[in-house]
This record gives sequence, structure tokens and C-alpha cells, in this order.
Amino acid sequence: MNIHEYQGKQLFRDAGVPVLDGVHCTTVGEALTAYDNLGSKVVAVKSQIHAGGRGKGNLYCPETGELQMEGGVKIAFSREEVETYATNILGHILITKQTGEEGKLVRNLYVESGCDIAHEYYLAMLVDREAKSILIMASTEGGMDIEEVAESTPEAIHKIWIDPNSGLLPFQSRNLGAALGLEGGALKSFMKMLSKLHSVFIANDCTMVEINPLVKTVDNGIIALDAKVGFDSNAEFRHKDWDDMRDMGEEDEAEIRASEAGLSYVKLDGNIGCLVNGAGLAMATMDVIKLKGGDPANFLDVGGGANEEQVTTAFSIILEDPNVKGILVNIFGGIMRCDIIARGVIAAVENLGLEVPLVVRLAGTNVDEGKAILAESTLNIHPADDLAAGAQRIVELIGGGE
Amino acid sequence: MSVWINEDAKVIVQGITGRQGLFHATKMAEYGTNLVGGCTPGKGGQTVDLGVREVPVWDSVEDAIKATDADASVVYVPPPFAAGAIMEAAEAFDRIKGEGVIICITEGIPTLDMVKAVAYVDDRPGIRLIGPNCPGIITPGDTGGAKIGIMPGHIHAKGRIGIVSKSGTLTYEAVAQTMSINEGQSTCIGIGGDPVNGTGFIDCLAAFQADSQTEAIVMIGEIGGSAEEEAAAWAKDNVTKPIVGFVAGATAPPGKRMGHAGAIISGGKGTAAEKFAAFEEAGIHVARDPSEIGAVLKTALEQAGLL
Repeated sequence: MNIHEYQGKQLFRDAGVPVLDGVHCTTVGEALTAYDNLGSKVVAVKSQIHAGGRGKGNLYCPETGELQMEGGVKIAFSREEVETYATNILGHILITKQTGEEGKLVRNLYVESGCDIAHEYYLAMLVDREAKSILIMASTEGGMDIEEVAESTPEAIHKIWIDPNSGLLPFQSRNLGAALGLEGGALKSFMKMLSKLHSVFIANDCTMVEINPLVKTVDNGIIALDAKVGFDSNAEFRHKDWDDMRDMGEEDEAEIRASEAGLSYVKLDGNIGCLVNGAGLAMATMDVIKLKGGDPANFLDVGGGANEEQVTTAFSIILEDPNVKGILVNIFGGIMRCDIIARGVIAAVENLGLEVPLVVRLAGTNVDEGKAILAESTLNIHPADDLAAGAQRIVELIGGGE
Repeated sequence: MSVWINEDAKVIVQGITGRQGLFHATKMAEYGTNLVGGCTPGKGGQTVDLGVREVPVWDSVEDAIKATDADASVVYVPPPFAAGAIMEAAEAFDRIKGEGVIICITEGIPTLDMVKAVAYVDDRPGIRLIGPNCPGIITPGDTGGAKIGIMPGHIHAKGRIGIVSKSGTLTYEAVAQTMSINEGQSTCIGIGGDPVNGTGFIDCLAAFQADSQTEAIVMIGEIGGSAEEEAAAWAKDNVTKPIVGFVAGATAPPGKRMGHAGAIISGGKGTAAEKFAAFEEAGIHVARDPSEIGAVLKTALEQAGLL
């Protein structure tokens, strides 16, 4: 789960990680009031969406598709400029290199005080899967795209790993700060900030915290000018406050409904819907459809113990996608019995009045009973014996592929 | 021989009185697993009926191991308590026997909990953790065998193919593929699809290489992370047995979590294309389509003079 910059900064502020004063706004009027109240001559007017690259992104008019303004993050030197920028941002589509071509509608704005920057740094904290511990990465190349830095000058990225038994140790913070060329008061500020940021990471079950840029001010302060924060969905049960931070407008409605039904769904661009048990098998099913010349419309994992109701929900979510021209069901029954799946499929087809071709491949526990149930039905269901044959069949049925 | 779990290994179940724990304990006992008991705090002294037999319940893992001399423990404890259950088992095995295998089936454990639990297990060199978020480990026997997890036992047969996989049902698919060319399995290990887990691909490849029963290996990866690339590089220098490899997620879009918490292409890294390339570079026999694993394995066995 991701949150907005303004929410991330509130977490930072509460924990003592230095940030500038700022106000979350949803209207131009609020942005002007924010400007008046902040009392800063220069302010940043920042689009709030769940994607990076906002500064270099462009805003477009949702009706005409015409370019409204270049840059999703603007520095305003007057009240008039705040009004212009806020007007051009709110209600417009921001396209960055992380949003995809369709971009994202900007509903939220953050108006933040300015500061005198001496240098910009990059800082990120994340879980390193291979080292199985928290990794802190920092670079003197702040404001830059870190992937470019990693590509062109990997030596410019400094890393420390945190031993989960001892936590972040002062010498580690000191060495990292020194590697960035910090000294004196700035180094002390950096060490203090890093320790608090680590506490934020642990206390909030973060998967990632990225600050780009982290800045040194002319008076040797260290300030987080950005805050990209991601939470670990597995830890949701112990963070009741996440519900208040969740921005439904930023999430796919079908994906939310799927997750509420205990299903895992990701929409794709193709036209063959997939209903599979198990994440790995669901991905493999998509891959085989592609190999047979088709295009998967979605990833959908019904999990290990799906019931008839979940199968029906899964079908209805798949069918809401107008691109879907056919569906492939691929179940390898382990805990899940094929006869139960077969009954679920039949019930769903009857309830929803399925009109597109349906291929069902069953294997594993109670496969013979499952196949018999499908065979007895008068519905238009095409059975398949293995995954390759099933994928081939659905591609043929929708008239695509080789 | 087999890997880590012999067909007569003594197994206890953590969370045996829960719905999941009891259901799967029953299935394991039915398959022939030497399931000797279980534990649930506060339920010590009770027994549970597994159909084929009744087994005792203890309050703690320590009590259960002391009473049964168990070799392995399987964890079906819910996510909020699962990391604690892993650490309890690690401590008990370490103190009492100096060794033990912990298999964690639970899906949905917070990542930072696993960072802590894995570090705790790694501090105890005799202890091995498999999972979490995995189907478990199975060593099919001549009759019965040791099934520790949630996989359907009946699709397996004893044989010479070692299987290691990040996925659940896709592992069953791989098992079915070996059976389609009349090959059974030595041991099948699901290492799980979470970003932070215990046993990894390299541990499994090393164990299969050392195991006399295993003559060829099937390795099933997924997008995300770089474990497959590292395993391929390691295998190139250290594994002489033929390996067949598949990676799921060639069509997955970047930045989207594909069901498993770890299955995500982030920052352009962890793609299937990179992993397949690493497999080829290491001389691993690549199956681009999981329904071809059987055929590719057959070719690999022939080339190695094993058919």
C-alpha cells in the first residue's frame, strides 16, 4: 500500500524527521489560504499522486487531452503563481514515466514552504531481499533518477545494512553521512535524522521510504524535501490507522473488490481472462497464453481454498472488463477439490449468463469427478487436459493467435 | 537418501488444534507422514483425532520435542503469531537437539517479522527454515512417505528428480510433468514466494547435488528479486547434475505485485527475461512453457546419459 507525500511527511513530522511546513489542499482556494498562512515568500506547489517522476511529468486536460502545463511540481514566487499552478494541477491528468500513458487524475495538492538549499542528496530505506535485512542507500546525486545513477555511477551510491538484532548503530549513520561528504553540524543532523527515519520505517511496517531529494540547508540543517512511503500490506492487521490514509481514488476499484473477496487480481491489457489457483500458476498461465499467440486480460489467483461464491465473484470481476473475449480457467487441485471448482464454474456461468467462450482445465484432487460434472452440464464449456492445450484452445476460440 | 526430510521423519504440528492445522495434519497422517503430535498454547494434555490415529497436544514446542524427539515442525499458525512460532521452534530444536527443520506454511506474515525470524534462525546453525508462504516439503516413500505441508500427496511418487520452487500449484504442475515421463521425485521443496524467507534456491541445489537419490533437478522461479540469477551462477560452478529451469511471470507488468508478496518487478529488476538469460548462461535446460518441463527434462536426462 502506498501513501501520498503529504501523508508521508506527516509521519516524518510526528517522528521528528525534519520536514518543512506544508498544507494538504484539494481546491485552489485552499491552496491560496495555505500560501497566506505559511508566510513563506517562495512555496512549492506539488501534485500528489501515487507515482514518482512528478517534477518531470506533464499535466493534460482530461476532456481535450491537450497539454495544460509542463512539470507536476512548481516553485511559486507569488500568490498569483500559486493560483495559476494550483488551477493547472487540480483536476488535470498528470503523466509521468511511472504512471503509464493513461496518467493519473490529480485530486490532491501539497503547498510547502521554501528553504535555502546548499546540496541535494538521495536517500532510500528498503528491505533487501537477498541480504534479508533493511538496506539504507544514499547518494550525493540528489534529485536525480536513482536508477540512472545506479547505471552510470554505481560507486556514487553508498549502502549500509542493518542487523535486525542490533538495529541501526551510530557508527553506521556516521560512516554513511561521512561518505556523503557531510561534517560538523550537518553530519550530526544527518545522524539524528537517520535514526528517527529508521524508527518510522520499523514502527509503520514500511517496505520502502525514499527521499529524493534530502537536502542540506545553508545553515547545515538536514531536511526531507520528499517522502515516498510504501507499507507492507501483510502488516495491515496491526495498523488500524492505515484505513484513514488509504486513497481509494489511487487504487483500482476492481483490485480492491477482489482483495476484499480474498482474491488477488491485477488487470492487464489483453482479451483472455484467466482464473487460476496459485500465484505462480496464474503467472505461468498468462505466459502460456502469450506463447500461444494470445494476450492475457488479467492475473487472478483464487487462492488455495476458494468456494463457489469466490469463484462467482472472480468471474464477475473478469467479465467487467469489456476487452474480455474469452476465459481460461486453470485449476491444479491440491487443497482445492476439482469437483468443487467445477460446481462453482457452472453456478457462476448460470448466474452471470456467460456469453464468451470458456475453456476449463482441471488437474489434481478429484479431477475425474470434476470433469464428469462439467461434461454432464449442457453449458458451453470447453474442457482441456493440460495447460498448453487449454491455452491453445481459448486462443483459437476467440479467433486470435497463430 | 533424500533431502533434509527422510521418509520416516518424526513431525510435529504447531497450531494443530486450529482449523487449517487440524485439516492438514489429518491429510499428512493419511499420506503416511510420521506425525507424532502437535502443540497449541493452553491446549496441552489434550489429544486430537487425525482419523488414522490420535496424537497428543503439548503447550510448547519444547515439551513436544522433549516428548517425541521430533525431527521437524510444521507451522500453521496465523500471520500475527507465525514469526514467533518459528522462533519458538528454532530455540527449542537448538537447545534440545542442536538441529531441526521448521516448515512454515503460513501466508501473509509481515516482512519485518520475517527479517527478525530469519536472523534468529540463522544464529542457530543446526536449524533450517523452509518457507514461509510455501506448500512445504515432501519426500515420497516406497509406501507413504513424509509429506510436510499442504501439497496433494497422491500426485507424487518416489524417484530421482529433485524439485525446488517458489510457487505452490506450479510445483504440482512440475510434479505432474515429471510423472508424465515416468519419473518420480526424491524430494520436492517449496521455498515460498515471500520477499524474505529461510531456505533459498542455492541451499536446495547444494543439497540435491549432495544427495545420492537425486539425479536431476527441476527449478521453478518467479519474477522479483535476484535469487534465480544467483542460484544459476552458483549452479554453473557447483552442480554437475542436469537442471531444468522455468520462471513464471514473463507477461507480468512492472510495479505490480502478482499475488505473492515477492513477485514484483521493481526498478526494472527481477524480470523473467533476465532470469531465463541467467539460466541459459549457466547451462540450465530452459522450459519457456511449464507444460514442456517434462519434455525438456527427458532431453536433459538423455543428454546426461541417464535415460
